[in-house]
Amino acid sequence: MNRRSPAGYTAVPPWIYAVAGVGASFVLIPLLAMVAKVNWSQFIPLITSESSLTALGLSLRTSAASTVLCIVLGIPLALVLARGNLRGQQLLRAFILLPLVLPPVVGGIALLYTFGRQGLLGHSLELAGFQIAFSTTAVVMAQTFVALPFMVVSLEGALRTAGGKYEAVAATLGARPTTVLRRVTLPLVLPGLASGAVLSFARSLGEFGATLTFAGSLEGVTRTLPLEIYLQRESDADAAVALSLVLVAVAAIVVGLAYGNPQRTTKAKVPQ
Amino acid sequence: MSIHHRPWATILTATALILGLAGCASGTVDNAGNQSPSGSSTTSEPSGEITVFAAASLKTTFTTLAEKFEAAHPGTTIKLSFAGSADLVTQLTAGAPADVFASADTKNMSKLQDAGLIADTPIDFATNTLEIAVPASNPAAVNSLADLAEPGIKLVICAPQVPCGAATKSIEESAGITLAPVSEESSVTDVMGKVTSGEADAGLVYVTDIKTAGDKAKGIKFPESSAAVNTYPITTVSTSKNKVLADAFITSITDTEGQKVLTDAGFGTP
Repeated sequence: MNRRSPAGYTAVPPWIYAVAGVGASFVLIPLLAMVAKVNWSQFIPLITSESSLTALGLSLRTSAASTVLCIVLGIPLALVLARGNLRGQQLLRAFILLPLVLPPVVGGIALLYTFGRQGLLGHSLELAGFQIAFSTTAVVMAQTFVALPFMVVSLEGALRTAGGKYEAVAATLGARPTTVLRRVTLPLVLPGLASGAVLSFARSLGEFGATLTFAGSLEGVTRTLPLEIYLQRESDADAAVALSLVLVAVAAIVVGLAYGNPQRTTKAKVPQ
Repeated sequence: MSIHHRPWATILTATALILGLAGCASGTVDNAGNQSPSGSSTTSEPSGEITVFAAASLKTTFTTLAEKFEAAHPGTTIKLSFAGSADLVTQLTAGAPADVFASADTKNMSKLQDAGLIADTPIDFATNTLEIAVPASNPAAVNSLADLAEPGIKLVICAPQVPCGAATKSIEESAGITLAPVSEESSVTDVMGKVTSGEADAGLVYVTDIKTAGDKAKGIKFPESSAAVNTYPITTVSTSKNKVLADAFITSITDTEGQKVLTDAGFGTP
């Protein structure tokens, strides 16, 4: 991981730059096209309208909550997958990573049949006084479902790269497993944990399909920014484009934080 | 609902394709063997292929109507594309190649007209009204529009930005009631989904959506629904390259047989 390219020679054939240019344009041109479509004279009123701000606020709050859930659930999962010795661990990993490739709407249907009123657990939950469907909780659950794999992948990679040498030393010096986890392992993989958290947040922010299927859409309760954009597009294209740009900006900041400095995020620092 | 129907649509389409091909083959044999009457009239007879952009709520009926049309006019192909009316107008104004546009409301047809993309004055061919949809067991015992305003009822409606939501709003206003939904969906299919899955106690959808859902949902008519009747207009798109076929297809929808297919599915006559 500390591989460094020898100075002066990069081993990238010139034609690669041409193809890379095409690849970059494929992503950048649509974004520029959207920026070009923005009605700038109306931009500020459109993004500061009450429904826009409510949706943005809800998006930020729910994404923050799902990120916390991803950290709480993702750390143990990544530890088990990277270091544990359970039977069927490969299978467990495959299932946990499944939401990465599933269409989110499928995730929404699955959640509906689990936590919905008629769902596997939903009926018991309702008897116990918990109503999940159509609530902000449902939004957070949908977001966590799709974002959790990002945390697990990121952290498991960091754990594998870091190896177990320092933990072994700590253990021989008499530290208990929980102390080793807290004082050695977690500080060692903190950059991986941070980029996992940022990616989970970004994924939660963009969540649409599972939310729409599982949580519904009501202003201030379940209508997050992507749902608001989808709805505005029906009647007011200008508002939809303006809000899309806001979402792009927030996402760009978040991804920039995660990947802006690859050295910082991938290099695991050894505690002194 | 639509998932439930899709396999049938696929089978029907496949069957129609096979029948269509068989029709083609026999036609060629006829032409080669003896001068058949169809050979002499090909110039005025509709032939070739058109693409029809139709509102999502027309999926079942237009699939049937297109198959009937293809069977009655061998050598023609009707390609169908279904989406929300607003989406279809966006696609058309962005240059999507289509010959016929059938909208679920007059508002979206006007948008296309403003864009200068319609060839003829649109013809109203169907109407649709709202009905209360409840899960088959009707868990909240809903029987009237007033019941929907009862506290504790989980009601799902369309957002006012989409046609079914606009209709819901006019009914609310004319009936003088205030609905407190747990969700305002972006499409009528999403409302139906929440009802058929039992998540919602009731929803306000079109009569035709309840028919499509089969026995998973029950419809409850209410007199106040007359305050919002949606009219469906259809027209030929000005950029059509096969106006003869496009016009013939529109005629097949407005004639008695076409109207019967629509009324059987729950649509009203304009």
